[in-house]
Amino acid sequence: MSLVARSLEAAGVPTVMMASALDIVESGKPPRAAFVDYPLGHTCGKPFDAPDQLSVVRETLHLLETATSPGHIVDLNRSWSVPDWRASMMTTDSGDTREARDTTPQYQFDEDRRVAESKSDART
Amino acid sequence: MTDSAPVRYIDGITQRYTRLGYAPYRWYYADDQPRLARLNKPLAKARIGALTTSGAYALGQVAYHYKDDTSVRAVPYSTPDSEMRFAHITQNYLVNAKRDPNCIAPLGALRTLEQESVIGELADDMLSCMGGIYSQRRVREELIPELHRRFAEQKVDAVLLVPM
Repeated sequence: MSLVARSLEAAGVPTVMMASALDIVESGKPPRAAFVDYPLGHTCGKPFDAPDQLSVVRETLHLLETATSPGHIVDLNRSWSVPDWRASMMTTDSGDTREARDTTPQYQFDEDRRVAESKSDART
Repeated sequence: MTDSAPVRYIDGITQRYTRLGYAPYRWYYADDQPRLARLNKPLAKARIGALTTSGAYALGQVAYHYKDDTSVRAVPYSTPDSEMRFAHITQNYLVNAKRDPNCIAPLGALRTLEQESVIGELADDMLSCMGGIYSQRRVREELIPELHRRFAEQKVDAVLLVPM
């Protein structure tokens, strides 16, 4: 995503990037970023917590007006509800957590395939 | 390290792949400072685009595949949560997003910010792609030009980026 941010910005489009993986963002040096210290998959807020989601996204967007130095990462000072969640994210002894790689569309539900295949503009 | 130190994903993933006997993953390390483009109007007047790399798609759209899929979907902001879907090579991070897609595809928050005039307006659609692309060349040559084209078409003043 940092590549996308840097490329858009070089073309004159301001960007702001949300991030929960601080080390990955630090290595990619996007122009503006907000760090949300939640487990990956929750960068825009806690599930079913609309006030949290709204405040995280609002604070991030404000960086478009307030960030003045390129590459600065602002910590939004969030904390996840489960105190020891980091241990499970840090484990290195699990197997490969990725799905198999092939070029077949991977629908979340079988029904989705039928609905998509009935539409002519389904790829857009 | 203390319990509150940020998770070191690069170290963890590198160690796991090494243990599994995989070739090392080539992380992207920027070697210079990025350019900073200024927003030339107040946020409250700006047209905002967004991209999520979580593999989000709307019911009725073709899902992503997991072999370096560089295609892009335009998910209408009017899509109800019940019609949001995800297809991403790392499914383990999407357990909650499949229950509440706003965790990683902030349609609801952005709609509210538009209603509250925190932002001027939203583009019609949130752009989406499947971020598990293991080729920087294909990101540069296929994904990024398509995103430039789509954001230009949307005439956005600034872009919110949500990686997974």
